[in-house]
Amino acid sequence: MNLNATLLGQSIAFAVFVIFCMKYIWPPLISAIEARQAKIADGLASAERATKDLELAQASAGDQLKEAKAQAASIVDAANKRKAQIVDEAKTAAITERDNIIASGYAEVEAERNRAKEDLRQQVAVLAIAGAEKILERSIDEAAANDIVEKLVAEL
Amino acid sequence: MSASDTGEALTSGDYIIHHLHNWTVGEGFWSLNVDSLLFSVGLGVLFCWLFASVAKKATTGVPGKLQCLIEMTVEFVDGTVKDTFHGKSALIAPLSLTIFVWIILMNTMDLVPVDWLPMASQASGIEYMRVVPTTDLNITMGMSISVFFLMIFYSIKMKGVSGFVKELTMQPFNHWAFIPVNLVMELVALIAKPVSLGLRLFGNMYAGEMIFMLIALLGVWQLPLHFVWATFHIMVVLLQAFIFMMLTVVYLSMSCEDH
Repeated sequence: MNLNATLLGQSIAFAVFVIFCMKYIWPPLISAIEARQAKIADGLASAERATKDLELAQASAGDQLKEAKAQAASIVDAANKRKAQIVDEAKTAAITERDNIIASGYAEVEAERNRAKEDLRQQVAVLAIAGAEKILERSIDEAAANDIVEKLVAEL
Repeated sequence: MSASDTGEALTSGDYIIHHLHNWTVGEGFWSLNVDSLLFSVGLGVLFCWLFASVAKKATTGVPGKLQCLIEMTVEFVDGTVKDTFHGKSALIAPLSLTIFVWIILMNTMDLVPVDWLPMASQASGIEYMRVVPTTDLNITMGMSISVFFLMIFYSIKMKGVSGFVKELTMQPFNHWAFIPVNLVMELVALIAKPVSLGLRLFGNMYAGEMIFMLIALLGVWQLPLHFVWATFHIMVVLLQAFIFMMLTVVYLSMSCEDH
């Protein structure tokens, strides 16, 4: 149990191992650990960023969806309005057209009737004259006629 | 396996004395405990080889299981050193790692059944073989004295020779008349540090080893007892390594700080 040169041997071995550890073991291990820590920190940070981005994207997607819905609703509204307008316009136009057609029909019928009336009148006149001529031919009384002729002559 | 089982005419005392005897070469102070040095240096080389091979292949990507183990150890030591030692030094952390792992490895030799290696060496012609280097006072004191020199080196490096001398002479009583008193007190405190550091580790491991030997003398009953004591001893192995490392860091950080 006496102290002897083993102590010196152990001290030398100790120094050698410590120097070896300092040169070849500690630096690569600690740099690997620190590099990995940095990597993990970066990864965590980027994951957090990605989560935030995702949240933002979701929010903006929701906004856009709402906007699109509102737009679609307004488009449908406008279309409905336009449809009503077109239908109204068509109705008005149709009514006008109908009125025009009816009016022109009436006018045409009127004109046709007037013409027919005129024709009839002319034909009646011709017939009356013809009838009158026939009656005159048969029942002319020269004496009576002479009266009239004389009267006419007198009037001249 | 107890001595009585071996069939040799050994008493319990002979058995224990045999197991506590070093394989020694040389005479007087200039003798070497070959077994202690063999196991100590062998385990140190194992530590260096293991850690260096992992360090060489260390990847910053996903580490393997062995690399994870090594890195956990390194990070544990690094954290302990950073918590305790506030200066900047490229030496302290590797020194602590070497102390921690090396002492764990040397202490772990305690868990090898007490008779295996001594009997194997006896069979191969070597009379004495002590397997646990940290049960040899030379080994623990060798380390603690190295730490002691580092303490003095750091004290002088950080505070200069005058600062170091002042620390020894002007504390705790800051008056020239008290210089002898201060010197005695401070020297005792200074020298107590490496002595207690080395003796603590030695004492714990020596006592543990002694209890393993006493259990080994119990015949069949040694089996459950060995198991219980070995399980408990795992804690001692790790704890003593940690204490040695921790105190080294504390002493060195004390040397670096101005009072």
